[in-house]
Amino acid sequence: MVVEATVRVQAEDFSAQSEMDTLTAGRRDVGALVSFTGLCRDEAGTLAALELEHYPGMAEAELDRIASDALKRWPLTGLTVVHRYGKIRPGEQIVLVVAASAHRRAAFEAADFLMDFLKTRAPFWKKEHFVSGKAETWVAAKADDDADAERWIAS
Amino acid sequence: MNIRYFAWVRERVGVEEEAIELPSSVVTVADLIGHLKTIDDNHAFAFEDEETIRVALDQMHVEADAELGDAKEAAFFPPMTGG
Repeated sequence: MVVEATVRVQAEDFSAQSEMDTLTAGRRDVGALVSFTGLCRDEAGTLAALELEHYPGMAEAELDRIASDALKRWPLTGLTVVHRYGKIRPGEQIVLVVAASAHRRAAFEAADFLMDFLKTRAPFWKKEHFVSGKAETWVAAKADDDADAERWIAS
Repeated sequence: MNIRYFAWVRERVGVEEEAIELPSSVVTVADLIGHLKTIDDNHAFAFEDEETIRVALDQMHVEADAELGDAKEAAFFPPMTGG
């Protein structure tokens, strides 16, 4: 059976539980369900919000390409990716990946792979808005994220 | 060709999108960047550190040596920071 990934790019919030329920509803063959939720975090108490800009069309297309790669690489029974855009405050949800499989290893690895490539290849950019009202700044890309994605190419 | 800009590249150029007539000497993405830099100071500033800037042709990532071919849209943006 051909498994199709579900990819959504939206301003609205999402429910990890309902996305998980969708991947297991009416099935008896799913033995492992891995869910990753990325939240807007503020460790220093200075962040008012993150503003997420995206490239409409390409954001969905690139997430589809990464999800298709994951489906080729692991025997998944389902895969869902949701990424939000717009203004997101600390504590709110930004991104969700849910991977379902017969066994845990495939689900863990596929979710990890999805996040690594999503961070380095999906066209989204974060701008920080501060509580103090000081000038907004664009978040710089991290070399660690590139290194994380490279792991999958090397292995 | 339709050109789109995102994040700080967009802010530096000052527009989100523009349609540009390209001279026939513009064959690759690198040629296109060279051409855009000559438009005005804003474009020159946006592409000041052109090694940093990422490019997509018709919504697919490409490298600077890629040929434009019959692509309808080129997009320029900083390294991505989603997730």
